[in-house]
Amino acid sequence: MSVRVLVQQAAFDTGAETARLSSLSEQVGGMGLFIGQVRGGDGLLSLTLEHYPGMTETILHQLAQEAMQRFNLLGCTLIHRVGRLEVGAPIVLVGTAAAHRGAALSATSFLIDRLKTGAPFWKKEEFANGHTAWVDAREEDEHAAAAWMHTAPSSS
Amino acid sequence: MTGTVNILYFAALREQLGREGQQVILSSNTMPVATLVQELRQHDAKLDEVFAATPRIRVAINQKLGGFDTCVQPGDELAFFPPMTGG
Repeated sequence: MSVRVLVQQAAFDTGAETARLSSLSEQVGGMGLFIGQVRGGDGLLSLTLEHYPGMTETILHQLAQEAMQRFNLLGCTLIHRVGRLEVGAPIVLVGTAAAHRGAALSATSFLIDRLKTGAPFWKKEEFANGHTAWVDAREEDEHAAAAWMHTAPSSS
Repeated sequence: MTGTVNILYFAALREQLGREGQQVILSSNTMPVATLVQELRQHDAKLDEVFAATPRIRVAINQKLGGFDTCVQPGDELAFFPPMTGG
């Protein structure tokens, strides 16, 4: 299966994921990889990620299929963790495999940009002083997702 | 025919309301989400307070993003949540 989508609490194995993409086909000439992790600062201890089970998986599959067609990918992987994750912990892995670097890199950006504001995940911050707060959606994230709606599909 | 819809709340909305969801009986066979929300707010002070205080509430109908003008029917699953912040 060239599309792999997982929503899980457990950490992921980046090496195993890139190995899978690498061996999907002899036509694979390059892979794109993005890993998002919990950024520290201002006394942040952890993020807790909540999601909408069922809808999350559906949306991630739709995004993956859209990327496969739009960028002519040979495969892609979306893994998103949920639950409590401490500073430095990986949150999300986006991996793409294509014949050429342009498609692999563009598809990686497309997937993470669209995923951030289009898939039903929510982050709650926990600070060392005991304070907690839900993360507000950032306008620049919404602009980044919207920009893909206005760009012509890749011709490569 | 009337029937129930299952409503779910997520993230800050769930916390502020103090509930994960509720079953509600539709007062007519089909109605826009906005009308249902208006009826719920009239009968539920807590819901009214939280919805009034939360900007940009999103809605999904049967696990698909929709709008407040989308119509709901008995048997539908409705979810309300703040803007999504994944990645």
